[in-house]
Parts: sequence; C-alpha cells; structure tokens
Amino acid sequence: MKTRVLTKLAMAISGAAMLCSTAMAEEPVRGGTLVTTLPQTPRHLNPAVQSGIVTGAPGAQLFAAPLRYDEDWTPQPYLAESWEWSDDGLSMTLKLVQDARFHDGEPITSEDVAFSVDTIKANHPFKTMFGVVETVETPDAHTAVLKLSQPHPALLLAMSSQLMPIIPKHIYGDGQDPKAHPRNGQDVVGSGPFKFVEFTADQQVILERNGDFFIEGRPYLDRIVYRIIKDASARAIGMENGELHMTTFENTVRNIKRMSENENLVATDEGYAAIGPINWLAFNTGSDGPLADKRVRQAIAYAVDKKFILDAIMLGLSQEAKTGIHPGSPLYYPDVNGYDLDLDKANALLDEAGYPADSSGTRFSLTIDHGNPTTKPQAEFTKASLAKIGIDVTVNSFVDFPTWANKISNHDFDMTWDTVFNWGDPVIGVHRTYDSQNIKEGVIWSNTQQYKNAEIDRIMGEAGQEIDPEKRAALYKEFQEILAEDLPVYWTNTLPYHTIYSNKVGNPPLGIWASSSPYDLVFLKE
Amino acid sequence: MGGTFYGVLMNILKVLAQRLSYALALLIAVLVLNFTMINLAPGDVVDTIAADMGGASAELMEQIHTEYGLDKPIIVQLGNYVWRVLQFDLGHSYFYNRPVTEMIFERLPATLLLVFSAQIFALILGILLGVFAAIRPNGILSHIVTLFALFGYAAPVFWTGILLLIAFSLNIPLFPVAGMRDVTIDGGFFPQALSVAHHLVLPMLSLGSIFIALYSRLCRASMLEVLGSDYIRTAKAKGLSPRDVTLKHGLKNALPPVVTLAGLQFSAVISGAVLVESVFSWPGLGQLALTSILARDTPTILGILFFSALVVIIGNLLTDLALRLIDPRIRKST
Repeated sequence: MKTRVLTKLAMAISGAAMLCSTAMAEEPVRGGTLVTTLPQTPRHLNPAVQSGIVTGAPGAQLFAAPLRYDEDWTPQPYLAESWEWSDDGLSMTLKLVQDARFHDGEPITSEDVAFSVDTIKANHPFKTMFGVVETVETPDAHTAVLKLSQPHPALLLAMSSQLMPIIPKHIYGDGQDPKAHPRNGQDVVGSGPFKFVEFTADQQVILERNGDFFIEGRPYLDRIVYRIIKDASARAIGMENGELHMTTFENTVRNIKRMSENENLVATDEGYAAIGPINWLAFNTGSDGPLADKRVRQAIAYAVDKKFILDAIMLGLSQEAKTGIHPGSPLYYPDVNGYDLDLDKANALLDEAGYPADSSGTRFSLTIDHGNPTTKPQAEFTKASLAKIGIDVTVNSFVDFPTWANKISNHDFDMTWDTVFNWGDPVIGVHRTYDSQNIKEGVIWSNTQQYKNAEIDRIMGEAGQEIDPEKRAALYKEFQEILAEDLPVYWTNTLPYHTIYSNKVGNPPLGIWASSSPYDLVFLKE
Repeated sequence: MGGTFYGVLMNILKVLAQRLSYALALLIAVLVLNFTMINLAPGDVVDTIAADMGGASAELMEQIHTEYGLDKPIIVQLGNYVWRVLQFDLGHSYFYNRPVTEMIFERLPATLLLVFSAQIFALILGILLGVFAAIRPNGILSHIVTLFALFGYAAPVFWTGILLLIAFSLNIPLFPVAGMRDVTIDGGFFPQALSVAHHLVLPMLSLGSIFIALYSRLCRASMLEVLGSDYIRTAKAKGLSPRDVTLKHGLKNALPPVVTLAGLQFSAVISGAVLVESVFSWPGLGQLALTSILARDTPTILGILFFSALVVIIGNLLTDLALRLIDPRIRKST
C-alpha cells in the first residue's frame, strides 16, 4: 500500500484547504504582536522531553515537526514534504524539505530527525509513541527512514508538533542530560516559525518571527507574547478589556459563557479533538467490594444522569462522551449504550447482582474521591444520585494532586472522578487505561481501575498494528462496544476546553492540536 | 546630641545581636519542622511531574526518584538538606530544575515591593482614617470608616482582588489585568518604573484592604484613649490649636500600638501576598510558593519559607527600630 504524497500538489491543496476552512476570503496581513495566554508556567519549552499543553504551545512555534494537521485528521506536509509506508508497514520514509534551517542558521538534516526520535524515545513519558522504532536510517541529508519492529499506524499522529519536535543535534547532542539541558528554557534554538526571545517564569514567553522560515512568506505575525496568567477570571477580564487577543484551553464554564456573550469575542470548542480530554467516573474493578461486578457499575451509570452533568454542570459547553475515544476522533463509535438515566433498570441490576436494600433502604456504602477541584460538583451529584438507588456514598476531597494521585494509583479507592487525555492516537492515550499489562502501582493514569479483559488486550494488540484505516476502525468499534458493556469507567463528557479569540485574529488555531500547532498562518487584522 | 546618638547606636547594636541569635534558631526550626510536615503527606514531586507530562511510565518515575535521592530514608534526606543549607546551599528545584536561591532572588524584589507598598499604604490610610474617626467618635464619618474598614477586613482578599479587577480593569479600564510590567515598553528606567507602578496599584489596594481595617480601628481606639488623658486637657487649656493638640500631642502618643501591630502583622501580609499574587499574576514569591506547594517541590518550598521567615524577622526588627525612634521611653528602657 503506497500513500506517496506529491510535494507541490499536496502543499498547494493543503494550504488552500487551510485558508478556506478557517477564514473565508480573508487576506492575511503581515505584522503585529499576538498577545495570548498560558494558564501556568511551563517547566521549560522543549516538547521532545516534556509533555503537556503549556510546553506544547510555545514548543510548536519554536520547533517544526515532520507533519501537521488541520481540523479533519488528514496529515499535511510540514518539515517532511513526503512520507511513505513500506508495503509491510515496517518502515516509514520521510523526505525533508530542502533548505530548511535552524534558527542559528545550521541546516536541518535527517541526522537531526534521527537524533530527535532517539531523544524522544529515551526521555518522553509516552513510551508507546516511538517504542517500536528500532533505528532511524539516514541514506542522505534529506531522507530519514524509521525502521519499526512491528507496524505502527500511531506514528502518523505522533509525527506532529506536540509529540515530535525536530531539535538540533548540534545543540542538544552535546552529551548533557536532555531532560535537564540548559537550552530547554533559555536560548532555545529551534526549527519552527518563531524564534526564542524571552522566557520568564510566572510572567511571559516572548517569541519573534523567524525571517528564514522554510515556508516562504510565513509566518505573518512579528511577535507572539504568551502571558502566564493562572487566574481564569483574570484571563477572562483581559479578553474582555482587549488586553489579550486570544486564550486557549479555557475550561471554567462561567467565564466561557461570559466571554462568548461579548460581541468582540468568538468562543469555540473546535481544536481539542487530538488532545482529547474526557471526564469519567472510574471504578476500582479489582476491589473486593460490589464494584467488581459489572452489573453494579452499570447500575451506577444508569443512576448518574449524564444530561444533568452536560446541561447544569457544564452549562451545555461540553460534548457527550460515550466511550474512551474522544467524540472528535474519526475512530469514535457513538452507537453504544450511553446509559441514559433509568432508575428502574439501575435498581433491577443491583437486585440481580445480589445487593438487596436493608430496612433503611440502603444496599451498600462506597467512597468517591476527587482530586481536581473542578470535578467536585460531579462528585457531589454522584452522591445525591446514588442515594436514590440505595447506595450510600461518602465524598472525599483532596486539594493537592500528589495525595489524590497516590491513593488512586495504589488502588486504594472505590470510585473517583478523573480527566484523562487521548493524546492523538488511541495507542498513546487510550490503551493505557484498559491494558491489563499496564496495572502499575504508583503510576497515575495507568490502568488504575485494575481492569482485565483478554479480549480487549487482543483487540488493542491488533488495532495498534493495523495499517488499513477501515480494518482499524472496525477493531476500535468492537473495542468500544465491549468496554461500554464492561464499563471499567463511566465516560460522561469531554472537558469544556474552549479557544476564545478577538475578532481581530485571523486563522485562529482550530486544527486538532489547538494551540500546539504552528501559528505560521495566524494573523492580526488591522 | 553626640552622646545621645552614640547611646542610641549602641542600644540598636545590642538589640540587633540579640535578635540575630534568635533568628538563627528560628530559621533552623522552620526548616526542620517544615521538612517533616511536607514529608508526612502521601505522594511527592514525582507524581506532579508525571501529571505535568500527562502520565508517565513506572520506569521513568523510579528513575526520577533515584535522581533526586527521594528513595533514601526521610531522616537521611533531612540530614543532607540541613547540612547543605548550613553551607548556604538551598539546593535545586525538582520541578523547575534550577537553583532555588536563583529563583528566589529573581522573585524577592517583586514580593518586597508589593508587601512594603501595601503595608505602607495600609498604615498611612489606616492612621488617617483612625484619626478622623477619633475626632468625632460618633459622627457619620466615623461610622462610615468603621463600615468600610470592616468590609475590607472581612472580605477574602482574592475576592476583593477580583472585584477590583472587574471595576477598574473591565468596567472602567484604568489598570492592567495582570503582570508586573508592559512587555511592549522598551524605554529606560522611568517608563519601566511607571509601568510597574501602574501594574502595582490594584494588587497593593487589595492586599492593603485587609490591614486598613486593623490599623484604623486600633488607631481610633488608641487616639480616643489618648485624647481623654490629662495632658491633652492641659494642652487644650494652654490654648494650643485643635490641630496641634490632635497631631502633636494626640497622634504621637497614640502611634506606638499601631506600629507594634503593623510589625506583628508582617507575616500576615506575606501570606496575603500569596493570594494576591495569584489573582494578579504578580511574579513574586507567593506565586512560586503556591506552585511549589501544589507540586510538592520540597527544596523550593523550604527555600521560600526560609526567606519568608527572614523577611518577617527583618520586618519585626525594623518595627522595633521604628518604635525606638518614635518613642523615647522604649529607647531608654532596654
């Protein structure tokens, strides 16, 4: 199977597609300083050795990746002008664009690609991304061949800015530990559309236009200032009074509502499908208690009204999530049981599971923990809902993350509300929750539910290696059907992530990677 | 005059020496106690590093534990830490991977600016309001002052901050919403200083608002007490103007309790700064403290507590000296 992409044609089509889909007939203007936000201080700016959205956003401007994505999940050429699977799916050949240079003027070569893959593989927390890459061959300066031990379709999404920045070997290959390299946070030399100017913790990150960028005529902006503002209300006020042009990853629903009512601002939830944040109620299926029985888990799901969460807690700003794959993904399969409110069914299931109500109407008691303060309303709502079917719930709040994470990851819990991210391909962010091999004590966001199903393990193994998109989608359909029946977690909604931008901003980043995509097309109308 | 000056100087040096020995003992106690308390809580910085990365593998977490020496027994970690501090080394931040001292010195000026300006603002306004209220204790102005002061004292400082933001950044856009300076200003010292002052107004108002209440109430009470005393009656009888009586005889004697309270409140001002800095994105120690507490970044938390203790000690010392300047009785007694 060949998916050879012809350079020029693809560039022209993708460029045109991007322009048409975002800002109709709007002519981009050169110049201006975009003022945007980061909700917390990044540890540093090198996404090769640090995951997360606050490193990913400036990181995507500083470093280019082989591929980029707009809103429809189709890979587009970026630093790689073409990419090609071998027939057996065991090697991926990248052809780099000619004349691309790092910010210090050194050429970007296949050596740098090989070095970047090695560095990411050794240091990035997501081991499943490049774990199967055995070597990267460099037959010439502009050709890199990734040799795999098994077919690995997740590679395509992994080759985007958030996960595979191309970093200069002549800077980061000097023998120092890449995770603690002094150039990760200061004097960063990258390959992307913007160059490093300043990074001051708790204040700002300032980037300026790379005049020597490998895409002619871009970027349009002169500067990007990321102001680090932790308080969500302060960011909202800054948007309303015009101090800020754009803010991303906003998830406090009242602030989003307020900003969306401002006539100079546009609020949208487009752009978060690849990052894919999903809220769910997790069950400790490995406990000795009633939660080991899937009928009990189903009963709980029937009793917790998803509509209330979507309409009253999320104010209609988030989407319903019926499975562990984000609804924005092409692999999402919505025709599974969504467990809409049905107290009769819930009671019947609990009777059937052998938990009759005692004289006071109580069947059994459970605890629910929540670490993230934003999930407190869900936790309280769950307690009230489950009282209706005779389950007595105690809510435990944990203000600080490590305490909560420690309890959950050591399987010392009954239920918890949690938010987990897809991170592009299911192999990276979805499998970890359901893989019986990934029940790891002390590791948060591993399979902390202790869910074991050989059938699910088999499907994930196959789907992870299936290159044919249709066969792959079929495998994930089965995967989602089985999980919706077993219900190791009860998925309710996506996080209400929104991008809010002033109507002065042209081509806001609404592709699947939101602010972790290059801003070379963003411009300011004046 | 020379003799008195020498006497005051000796007196101050004696007090300084005594205070410094207390301070050293206090600082070590701060470190040991806090180290123990932080380590009593379950989980550690590796969990937050993992969270920051969106999840991590067991191997990576174990590797970080070993790198930071977190796999050693607590008592060994504590010993190592105190030994390093005694060599003036506050260590490396786990989370930011930078020397703690460097990060603290970067942020200390911002916090000092905020804390001192809020404290001075609250003192001046508090004393003024207190004096006015004391002149006519049952007048309408006195009641308004009391009401206003109690409101400032009762309202949570972050809430006051957000209200001020809504009023003076959004509805009447006079002040910027966040940060300490405008990054687009490139000018010399004066434009920069002006920009910082512009950014300082709202944080200073919100932090000061809690303490205005304290100072004005105390000043009012103290003034009332003084104004009822015999020497005031004498002063009035001598035919001094009401202004002179109130300010020279009244206020001067009413001031020491207010200054003492201001000194005692110093630690409260610093903890208030943590909240104010978060609301206004003021890049000081408070924000760093909040981040590192949530991240369980032990070396940074301890370093900040160490410096906060230092600032409180220095603040108290300054109060002591100020009292000596305004009240000759204290000068003579020690």
